[in-house]
Amino acid sequence: MTPILIAEQVLNGLQSGVMLFLMAAGLTLIFGVMGLINLAHGSLYMVGAFAAAATAAVTGSFLLALVAALAAAAAAGALVERLVIRRLYDRDHLDQVLATFALILIFSEGTRWIFGSFPLYLDIPEALSGPVTLPGGIQYPLYRLFIIGMGLVVAALLFWLIARTRLGIRIRAGENDREMIAALGVDIARLYTLVFALGAALAGLAGALVGAIQSVQVGMGEPVLILAFVVIVIGGIGSIEGALVGAILVGLTDTLGGIFLPQIFGLFMDPAAATQTGAALASMAIYVLMAAVLVWKPTGLFGAKS
Amino acid sequence: MSRERLLGAVVLLALGLVPLAAHLMGEPFTITLATRAAILALAAVGLNIALGLGGLVSLGHATFFGIGGYAMGILASHVQNYEPMFEWPFLFEGSTSMPFIWLVAVLASALVALLIGLLALRTSGVYFIMITLAFGQMFYFFSISWSAYGGEDGLSIYVRNGFPGLNTLDPIQFFGLSYAVLCIVLLGAHLLARSPFGLALGAARQSPDRVQAVGLDPKRLRLVGFVISGAITGLAGALFADLNRFVSPTMFSWQTSGEIMVFIILGGVGRLFGPVVGAAVFVMLEHWLGDMSEFWHIWLGLLLLAVVLFARGGLVGLIAGREKAHD
Repeated sequence: MTPILIAEQVLNGLQSGVMLFLMAAGLTLIFGVMGLINLAHGSLYMVGAFAAAATAAVTGSFLLALVAALAAAAAAGALVERLVIRRLYDRDHLDQVLATFALILIFSEGTRWIFGSFPLYLDIPEALSGPVTLPGGIQYPLYRLFIIGMGLVVAALLFWLIARTRLGIRIRAGENDREMIAALGVDIARLYTLVFALGAALAGLAGALVGAIQSVQVGMGEPVLILAFVVIVIGGIGSIEGALVGAILVGLTDTLGGIFLPQIFGLFMDPAAATQTGAALASMAIYVLMAAVLVWKPTGLFGAKS
Repeated sequence: MSRERLLGAVVLLALGLVPLAAHLMGEPFTITLATRAAILALAAVGLNIALGLGGLVSLGHATFFGIGGYAMGILASHVQNYEPMFEWPFLFEGSTSMPFIWLVAVLASALVALLIGLLALRTSGVYFIMITLAFGQMFYFFSISWSAYGGEDGLSIYVRNGFPGLNTLDPIQFFGLSYAVLCIVLLGAHLLARSPFGLALGAARQSPDRVQAVGLDPKRLRLVGFVISGAITGLAGALFADLNRFVSPTMFSWQTSGEIMVFIILGGVGRLFGPVVGAAVFVMLEHWLGDMSEFWHIWLGLLLLAVVLFARGGLVGLIAGREKAHD
């Protein structure tokens, strides 16, 4: 186990962490402002990836593909909010879970209907392909570095949006007291549609960026959705800082656990058994992390005190 | 007899009579469908104790369904391969006896429900939903990576396990067995809801503070309710594995959790016969819509959306009125 290998794996963990953050940020915003648990967030991730793959196939431009992913996911989000989600704000969580579960079925089967069951592929653009050499002699794929950079830039933009702009002030006010800001003349219905579309766009962007590394297929959103839930539970629901810290923690734990647990077990077990035990335990590592955080702080690291 | 009770009796009777008629007409596939409906209904009756009575929105009940399934798969596979499960402190070769498998399934799922409940019930609301979902996913990935018992491919058991005095390979006899278990558990759920414990659990859903004020511990009530709920769903998992003679990680998947919950919502939350109606309707839809269109999940999704948005109280609520609706 060399330092170079460790550095590579840390970067991989960071990369999956920032992508998880894009998912988790939207989920936590939507929950914080509207009090809605949205299982269909993974479907918006999938919509983004499919829109990007389809656009890239037609135009050949990766930039246009990203724009298409953002636009398609935001539009799908706004549409769904107007038609369905809007009726769920006053319902209990059970109704929200079921209605958004129904949306997953509709989105997934609808996508399968349009694009078929075979996965699509989104190529990494020429300018971003190939490895680069980092200080210390680490060879690392440029595209993954690009993803980390994009994730961090979007995170910074999001923090700026929430903390410094008028829209951010309204969003934060909406989290605290929605009757009051409605009374002050803010159009709450429009604000909600906007927040939902913003969360959807973030998910769609993540889907498109990850879609170039993995295959673009129906059902790709749900594993990420569940990881994003783990992130939010660790970070504290409604907290964007919590989502960032939680996402990086989960990304690192998941990646490093998968690589190093089998090796650690290999120190005192025979190789086959070590691989077996290590892999099985690594798949559980993030849930153990979640359980540990819950025992320590039931409302998450950055959660409001209940 | 209220309309709801009457409707429930009619549905339960129909679920019992249709396979009998199919048996006489020599249509074993219909019997298998009815068996599937009865077993899925059993799983949903389990979840309904947590969800309807206790107000605990668990999106992780596939965990218990899968544990029941793997209890059957693991015990039977050792017998099938002539590899003893363990030799110390005594020789244990596995088992192909349903009563023993059921006992193991119920105990194992109850134990896991206790552990998950201890952690998840520290929280409530959305946290609870997400945490139960996450723990379900943990078991899913564990079952995929645990190659000793089939990993991703699952485990096939070639001969259905036995029950004393029955030929379980005969579809109608296996249906009768599953149906009997469903009826007994339904009766149990009915008695449970009326027992002092059931009333206290219902009260803890409606007003935890008042329950606490009269000296009961809402957390402990919920934990016991969650354990009972998980154990019943585990029993259903063992039966489901025996129906298919196959277990795979799919039983642990979050879609399975979602579907078990869908049965309850289609039927009606917190109603005794809601899960039976919901599971029966689901299996019929799956069969008919599945025949008509490859993309039947779209129609299922739209139906579910319509029920959630417009028919609160589910199908039972639509037909029997809302007089005893879930609050």
